[in-house]
Amino acid sequence: MKKVTTPNPQSSSPLLQPSRPVGFTGYGAYVPRYRISAKEIARVWAGGKAALPVKEKAVPGMDEDVITMSIEAARNALARAEIHAHQLRAVWVGSESHPYAVKPTSTVVAEAIGAVPNVQAGDWEFACKAGTEAIVAAMGFVGSGMADYAMAIGMDTAQGKPGDALEYTAAAGGAAFIIGPAESSLATINASYSYVTDTPDFWRREYQKYPEHGVRFTGEPAYFHHITSAGSTLMEALGVTAKDYQWAIFHQPNTKFPQRAAQMLGFMPEQIEPGLLVPVIGNTYSGSSIIGLTATLDVARPDDRILLVSFGSGAGSDAFDITVTEKITERQGKALKTQDYIARRIEIDYATYARYRGKITMK
Amino acid sequence: MTDVIIAGLGQTSVGEHWDVGLRDLAYYAIDAAIKEAGGLRPQSLFVGNMLAPNLSKQAHLGALLADFVGLTGIEAVTIEAAGASGGAALRQGYLAIKSGLVDTALVVGVEKFTDVVGAGVEEALATAADSDFESVQGMTSTAQAALIMQRYMHEYNVPPDGFAGFALTAHANGAGNPNAMFQKAIKAETYAKAGMVSDPVNMFDAAPNADGAAALVLTRRDLLPSNWPHPLVKVAGSATASDTLALHDRKDMLYFEAAQLSAGRAMKQANIVLDQINLFEYHDAFSIYAALALESVGFALRGQGWKLAAEGQIALNGRIPCATMGGLKARGFPGGATGVYQAVEAATQLRGQAEANQIPEAHYALIQSLGGPASTAVTHVLERLN
Repeated sequence: MKKVTTPNPQSSSPLLQPSRPVGFTGYGAYVPRYRISAKEIARVWAGGKAALPVKEKAVPGMDEDVITMSIEAARNALARAEIHAHQLRAVWVGSESHPYAVKPTSTVVAEAIGAVPNVQAGDWEFACKAGTEAIVAAMGFVGSGMADYAMAIGMDTAQGKPGDALEYTAAAGGAAFIIGPAESSLATINASYSYVTDTPDFWRREYQKYPEHGVRFTGEPAYFHHITSAGSTLMEALGVTAKDYQWAIFHQPNTKFPQRAAQMLGFMPEQIEPGLLVPVIGNTYSGSSIIGLTATLDVARPDDRILLVSFGSGAGSDAFDITVTEKITERQGKALKTQDYIARRIEIDYATYARYRGKITMK
Repeated sequence: MTDVIIAGLGQTSVGEHWDVGLRDLAYYAIDAAIKEAGGLRPQSLFVGNMLAPNLSKQAHLGALLADFVGLTGIEAVTIEAAGASGGAALRQGYLAIKSGLVDTALVVGVEKFTDVVGAGVEEALATAADSDFESVQGMTSTAQAALIMQRYMHEYNVPPDGFAGFALTAHANGAGNPNAMFQKAIKAETYAKAGMVSDPVNMFDAAPNADGAAALVLTRRDLLPSNWPHPLVKVAGSATASDTLALHDRKDMLYFEAAQLSAGRAMKQANIVLDQINLFEYHDAFSIYAALALESVGFALRGQGWKLAAEGQIALNGRIPCATMGGLKARGFPGGATGVYQAVEAATQLRGQAEANQIPEAHYALIQSLGGPASTAVTHVLERLN
């Protein structure tokens, strides 16, 4: 097993910790209202006989995309942060389903929420960890003192090839975070650590409509290796174990993977329970781990400690050590909670799903 | 004539070795075999491999591996006969020593499936069939086995779970092999509930493709170091036979004639009869292959091979123990390495080093490696010398 403990020879610690302490000032989730059950997909493609990785997944409506969904989540984050959008010095959107190949999602989002023109904007891509990569960048941006607030979003309308194993889980949703000074935060980010290698487990080339994947290669050498390497290195460097955390969230491409990753790192099932949303909304890709964080923050109490570990194919994991502050209590109710979005559901059949997702090509 | 002695054994575990390349797999097996052979330096390397040019885009394994393991300069070539490549490579090593032209030969079987995932693997395996008449029509090795199995079940009135005994035996034996891909025994219900791959071949009727490498050092008896510590195992018989490549060219598709011919020749060379054989490593790429091998070699009457499995006669304590370290089904099917694994496992049995899976007082082992539906059959008799 390759394992990096001291990546920077100048530093004795593998951790990323800004000189100015930072945290989450606001957060917001968004999940579209439509749901298709895995059973319905199995009915069409497997004669009803398939091992189902989730119960159902969230499907975006015909007029929804990563831009509109990001705006929804961003507004929720602003409501909780109680700052004006003009105070944001960056709006960064991580996704693997940006509506345009060339033309930023982030500029439209920044304009819509009122953050323009004195702002950085940019789109991020790192498969399912583009959102947490943007969070790490925002930590540096705010932590250096160059900015007071930066917004990082992870949002996807993930593409699942009809009939492919991933069609059962490829879902839509995500979350937005405002990173700001620790003293104004509802949760501080104590440290992060990222573990990255060239591991081609899942990809979508330019002009391809659907991604391809390496079947079981996506498991051990990709997901589990990166998640456990990032998580264990962060915890070792901080001198903590799973017992020191109230909650944990791991990237959730299906129900079993995060459960097993949690077990491998010593966490109990109840520690991941609030953030384990994949059974009911599917894998929201760039939004997957961080919407688990918003759901966890919705129920967290002051002083709760949270471990968040994302995973992006290609591959890498970002691990974060987070401590909830007393500000959480008054801010939780200032916007719709993640579970409110999950409860708001309209079940659709495969034909409607095929229409909404543009899977029927007319020309 | 000199005795050909197996002087070194090496193997990697069988499984999905995502992070180990073709040459590294081969190196691990070769390194172990050479270390065991007590300083013998091979003059020839025979590589058994089936799919490297296709899956790993790597031909010319002889030169590649000889150089990679530090034997640059020696004779080194690849032997290919589809799933029988490993057995065929062993035979080339045997011939080299037996002829007196080579003192010490190295045989390595290596296969790296996981360089490709998905349908590409099945497509590569299908190149072993007749391209113009079979593969081009969409026939895969599994579909072909299904046709044979369906005919067999029809002709001989085999009940639906009649073949379960092969998978049950293989998995029970895999549990005692630390190098096996599957090391867990299965229950009859598990077999009965398994999904169909190509009706009537279910998931437990088909061996899993897997990465692995196994190696042997062969030498003349008089060259063996005086302090060599293991019981002597000799290659007592070696034969290859061929049959039609395409199944439709066979007069009788329920009989593996090449399996019969090569086994008969090998046993004749070894000067033994069937009853003297203590264990049989057959080529159970599919459970129907195992049944037909038992019948073609002569352990069962035609149409009765499946009953040997159903009645427990192929278990470790049965009349003719088969797949004693898990066979292709539970140890795994590492393509062209398979025949070399069989030899390593049989030699381990004959040395008395098979631990939990040891066949008591094993003296003769029959090992048989098949290419396709026995279009090639390579059979060896290994004998323990007292």
